[in-house]
Amino acid sequence: MVRLTINDTPVEVAEGTTVLHAARQAGVRIPTLCYVERLQAIGACRVCVVEIEGMLNLAASCSLPVREGMRVRTNTRRVRESRRLVVELLLSEHDGDCQTCDRREDCELQALSAELGIRSITYTGQKTRKRIDLSTPGLIRDHGKCIKCRRCVSVCAETQHVGALWAQGRGFDTAIGPAFNRELSTVACVQCGQCAAVCPVGAITEQSHIERVWDAIDDPHKHVVVQTAPAIRAALGECFGCPPGTLVTGKMTTALHKLGFDAVFDTNFAADLTIMEEGSELLARLRRTLVDGQPAALPMFTSCSPGWILFAEYFHPQILPHLSTCKSPQQMFGALAKTYYAEKLGLKPEQIFVASVMPCTAKKFECQRPEMNASGGPDVDAVLTTRELGKMIRAAGIDFLSLPESEMDAPLGLSSGAADIFATTGGVMEAALRTAYEVVTGRPLPLDNLHVAPVMGLTGVKEASLVIEDTRPDWSFLEGVELRVAVAHGLANAQRLVDAVLAGERQYHFIEVMTCPGGCIGGGGQPRFTNDTVRLARIQAIYQEDESKTLRKSHDNPAIAELYATFLGQPLGERSHHLLHTKYHARSAV
Amino acid sequence: MTVESAPCAGCHEVTDAERFAQLDDVLQQYRDVPGALIPVLQIAQAIFGYLPDAALRRISTALGKSFSEVAGVVGFYSFFTTVPRGRHLIRVCLGTACYVRGGKDVLAALRSALRVEVGETTADQTFSLDVGRCFGACGLAPVIMIDDDVHERVRPGQLMGILEKYRVPGARDAVRREARQETV
Repeated sequence: MVRLTINDTPVEVAEGTTVLHAARQAGVRIPTLCYVERLQAIGACRVCVVEIEGMLNLAASCSLPVREGMRVRTNTRRVRESRRLVVELLLSEHDGDCQTCDRREDCELQALSAELGIRSITYTGQKTRKRIDLSTPGLIRDHGKCIKCRRCVSVCAETQHVGALWAQGRGFDTAIGPAFNRELSTVACVQCGQCAAVCPVGAITEQSHIERVWDAIDDPHKHVVVQTAPAIRAALGECFGCPPGTLVTGKMTTALHKLGFDAVFDTNFAADLTIMEEGSELLARLRRTLVDGQPAALPMFTSCSPGWILFAEYFHPQILPHLSTCKSPQQMFGALAKTYYAEKLGLKPEQIFVASVMPCTAKKFECQRPEMNASGGPDVDAVLTTRELGKMIRAAGIDFLSLPESEMDAPLGLSSGAADIFATTGGVMEAALRTAYEVVTGRPLPLDNLHVAPVMGLTGVKEASLVIEDTRPDWSFLEGVELRVAVAHGLANAQRLVDAVLAGERQYHFIEVMTCPGGCIGGGGQPRFTNDTVRLARIQAIYQEDESKTLRKSHDNPAIAELYATFLGQPLGERSHHLLHTKYHARSAV
Repeated sequence: MTVESAPCAGCHEVTDAERFAQLDDVLQQYRDVPGALIPVLQIAQAIFGYLPDAALRRISTALGKSFSEVAGVVGFYSFFTTVPRGRHLIRVCLGTACYVRGGKDVLAALRSALRVEVGETTADQTFSLDVGRCFGACGLAPVIMIDDDVHERVRPGQLMGILEKYRVPGARDAVRREARQETV
């Protein structure tokens, strides 16, 4: 332990602790801007400076380790004035459009300016040059607002192992962005939106589909349906001041009805369907190799997460045959809404407008992929992030917190607890095992509360194995087989896992990959700011939602059974193949 | 490792394919070397005379660095250029000493004599004009460098004479000897 004083109060902390963390432990607040826990502590913004007795210059507390006997002062005139100076200089360059900025309510620079009591900016000078990049379907970059904190650079390179954003140029002309300040579409960006999730200001945000959705709602010739991803219900409340981890499924459903959607459905329905298709696909690959002795693309990787799909297409084209051919639940839903559901209503596909609410910016990319037109046109017409839905609810004057709860509509609104957990890392794997094990053995998954504990939680790469015993006669080829699975979230973890598999160091049958840390509950379209505490709270809410249901396995969903009986036939059947499965294409990463 | 750049007169013109083959050899050698990016960029610039987009993409792939990172490094160091340069690179020092002793006038004279702006190359591909921040020869200010030659205490009026020596093919060695003697 190291003993020091902070503002004359003795503090004892573990060796290697930074001054910033020591202060936090002692209940002393030091403002920060570029710092992000577990991501970046580079002392770039100089907002977290403190005075250390015996040191000539002020020190950035985020990157300074404590020393025995250190005397730290966080609140001297010199410290306060330096912080103000730094923030005034940032504001003097910031081309902010503050009254109309997307981040006007949760801008960290604005909040810091308020905290430091800044009422005027002493300095006038050049502003950062305004350049707006609309080149990708998911994201907007407004360079004039960038304060060069480099959070996006760190999250893109380190958390996601993509490196689409980097500091270009030097000095005042430094710009954070793609190679040579070209448009984002010119580099390998997976559209995950983690950059938008960590940006402290309005420099990176999602391409808004809000107007598209209002236009559709106001169009009397359109039947407008909405689907909500499982991760929304555990996060939307945060847009209205609820603590992270508040479940708002019923209020959200009521709000969607009030916004004027003709039917309020659930992506969960399509998640249950994904389990039926993807589980069957895995079992088919296993049969192919174990019974027929044919080579099969194992391990099989999940394909729900569009950022991961792009990552594989850009950086690992050799594993594309290993990806499940299943479309993501969003796209399965869209394809069914415009065929199966449209037929039920006697409508043509083009008379249906499908809006999605997703925790994700990459879903905006996914819905415009040319492969996603099984109904003849785009199967999903608009994708709102959780944040955008929050804005629409407020714009409609709906008092969210006082809304009564309501149920989703039939038939595409019915789902199991297995679908809920698609929102969290490890959830798709658990949902798949719940069904696959029961299909093969006729018995429920023999685990406490149906949870696959080793693949739960925030560890970057997780593994589990399960020996299959007493199979049904059809599946006797799996008797005694040890099913090995792995789960990764955050693309840098996925990269590690793929490397280990390609090098032959690890063998698995089935691998779940989610693009964002924590899975979809930590997606790039979720309310800001998402840290591990928030992730864990949302994950807990998701498991709570699962456990509260009587229906907890995808294959028990009666609406899915009816869909197969009356429309699809069987999993991996011809209609499924056309509507629910897709192909991938290698893309050049440079 | 050093790489000979421009072929001498009379030798065959090096083709792009040959240059890329040379780059591939370098990349093979540096594939697993940590911190290889900057040395590889230096060598690549010696091979091509500048850093063409295609070479940077190849470097990005081979070293497993994102294209944006590679571009970020290229853009950070003024040594690197992504536009073809003329046969001779003129760099005018605008460090403090050279600046106060007339470096700016020398630069203005060069801009008008060559009819190019900083960062540009003359139409006949002979000269590229750039600025530098201190070559470590402050006692000789103002200085300019042409390729590896330092020219000291330059006055705008002397520039035409200096440039003329570089216009003659093969005359460079003589110039170099002369420049070296000047600095001694």
